[in-house]
Amino acid sequence: MQTTESFFETPSPSRFSGIASWLITTDHKRIGLLYFFVVLVWFFIAMLIGLAMRTELMFAGRTIMGPQTYNAAFTLHGVIMIFLFIIPAIPAIFGNFLLPIQIGASDVFFPKLNLLSFYLYVIGSIFAIMSLFRGGPPDTGWTFYVPFSAVTRTNVSTTLSAAVILGFSSMLTGLNFITTIHRMRVKGMGWLQIPLFTWSLYATAWVQLLATPVLAITLILVIFERVFSIGLFDPARGGDPLLYQHMFWMYSHPAVYIMILPGMGVVSEIIPVFCRKPIFGYKAILASSMVIAVAGSLVWAHHMFTSGISDVAILVFSLLTFIVAIPSAIKVFNWVATMYKGSIQMSPALLFTLCFIFLFSVGGLTGLLQGAAGANIHIHDTYFIVGHFHFVMFGGTGFAFFAALHFWWPKIFGRMYDFKKAYIAAVFITVGFFIHFFPMFVLGMMGMPRRYYDYVPKFEPLNMIAGFGAYILVAGIILMFVNLFLSFRNQRSAADDPWGGTTLEWSVPSPPPLHNFIETPKIMTYPYDFSSVIHKYRKESSS
Amino acid sequence: MENHPDPKGDKLGMWLFLYTEIMLFTGLFILYAAYFKKYPEDFIKGGKDLQIIFGAANTILLLVSSCAVAASITAVRRSNKNLTVGLLCAAWLLGGIFLFNKYLEWSSKIRHGIYPNSPDMAAAAPGRSLFFDLYYIITGLHGLHLLVGMILLSVCAVMVQMEKINAQKYILLENSGLYWHLIDLIWIFIFPLFYLIV
Repeated sequence: MQTTESFFETPSPSRFSGIASWLITTDHKRIGLLYFFVVLVWFFIAMLIGLAMRTELMFAGRTIMGPQTYNAAFTLHGVIMIFLFIIPAIPAIFGNFLLPIQIGASDVFFPKLNLLSFYLYVIGSIFAIMSLFRGGPPDTGWTFYVPFSAVTRTNVSTTLSAAVILGFSSMLTGLNFITTIHRMRVKGMGWLQIPLFTWSLYATAWVQLLATPVLAITLILVIFERVFSIGLFDPARGGDPLLYQHMFWMYSHPAVYIMILPGMGVVSEIIPVFCRKPIFGYKAILASSMVIAVAGSLVWAHHMFTSGISDVAILVFSLLTFIVAIPSAIKVFNWVATMYKGSIQMSPALLFTLCFIFLFSVGGLTGLLQGAAGANIHIHDTYFIVGHFHFVMFGGTGFAFFAALHFWWPKIFGRMYDFKKAYIAAVFITVGFFIHFFPMFVLGMMGMPRRYYDYVPKFEPLNMIAGFGAYILVAGIILMFVNLFLSFRNQRSAADDPWGGTTLEWSVPSPPPLHNFIETPKIMTYPYDFSSVIHKYRKESSS
Repeated sequence: MENHPDPKGDKLGMWLFLYTEIMLFTGLFILYAAYFKKYPEDFIKGGKDLQIIFGAANTILLLVSSCAVAASITAVRRSNKNLTVGLLCAAWLLGGIFLFNKYLEWSSKIRHGIYPNSPDMAAAAPGRSLFFDLYYIITGLHGLHLLVGMILLSVCAVMVQMEKINAQKYILLENSGLYWHLIDLIWIFIFPLFYLIV
């Protein structure tokens, strides 16, 4: 293997140096890392806000904050986690870094647009911070329901602008990815040789393009309601607040698939590598990604069963909701079938992935309960919803993000982390997660409503338990990141292919050189063919 | 590494972007449809208050300007620099007249007390105030897009003059043209919805 300078040493464009070589770079790998650090800061802020909320809820009555602060806390926790963490986490960090490498390209199709997306993301986050300090933090929840969001005196307009700008950032990233996948695949890579992570990003990108503009215009209209006092959603002037809910969820339900699809892509990469077995049903997995993208766009009104839509609409949307569960289930069966009779090698990335499958399945199955119109009326706006949402979004995308971190960390930084601490952290996170979020299902069934800072005494024991879980969870997350960052003390010594992966990113040096490939990559007819990897490992163990 | 020039890819990116623009306006058209169904009489009355002559003139202006932009692409392919710049300037000018018309129209409406949350509107039927809210938002957003389109056209004209856009490399002009046609197309929908509604 010839030695090459990694992209850390080679600025792009080459006329810049020092800090400028990072801040105005057009290298997709550097942009991915810029995202990484900003996203991480936001993740920690929102996590601490969440922890403060759970501390407040550990005891009945006022504990550490009043109701108005609590309203601001859950709004910001939601806005930051959704718009600044989950949506960009996997596509903007790992997608930017890996998508061009996985398809054998030197960069994305529009490198400057990519940098623009990053700065839109930064500007959006600055707006989000500003809303904290100018005229009282927003208290509407991340859904910004009218008429309250149009009349509350807190600073909702700034938060809305932040969401619009962040939407544009993610939309442009999606546009960039689709064009890249269509036009920049290395010669010889057909559509069925594309790795599944890239396929999932492709499906995600289409949802981003389909849905984000609708959200943008909806939120802009709410800003206009506040600033120019138009009355499109104001019932006093003939407007219909229900239309806002339709238009909001028309984006925001597909948006949960923007959040989960990349996570499913990560899992589809990790499982075959550590089972040394071709992924079961490559075509079924990529087809189900596309089906999710389409069907997921048609189920939005299941958020509105209690809002006063017609019975026919409820039945139709309930049915569609059940249908969208099928492709997700196909994926889960495929992952499990891949592991069957594989020669499984445990690693922290795989452990996170296994936890993902379990937690995501719980989240998915409780989702079905909510999709049933009858049950939905009972649990609507209770903690059951909060529990379900966190099981899918955190137990799903969050765990996939952690798995991706452990899987691609040696590729991105060229350094290997300590396995033992990573396992301990994974166990802490999973156990803490379960203790934290599982009681919410029970609380929801008992009738505890969401978004209240206080509750009747009979809910106290379970809230107390959940609070302890939150502390275990946060301790695990901190341990995990400390362990990952401790790897910077090590030499750059990670092998090019530490796990025995077959996709193209494992054929280049760790960290990759500036133009990703030293020579034109060779394309396998099937991207998950492990025969050569098994052969190599056999030879090593026999010699 | 500089990308190999790939005009097909550039165009694909532009089409995707246009698609998002269509979705943006679709959101507003959905609102229009929902409220039209709820208050058909108020909407028809509101439409009668708009002067068809303004709307029709603006439609013709945009159609002619679109034609000029399309012709400019053929002109640049034939390396006829002066004709290209001339056609772009003509399109730009027509866009300018469109905006001036819009300005006259809006100011006359505002003089008559028709604007969001005006005392007249507060007293009017709910459907009427919704109709004019939508009128201001949709035509305003459209005007904003036209302004962006005019900036793009002037950038293209300057680049043609400097020969940065030439018969070999004219993808920026082609993409700007696509954008201009989209603005035209959206107006083709706005015009009947607001001016011709009966």
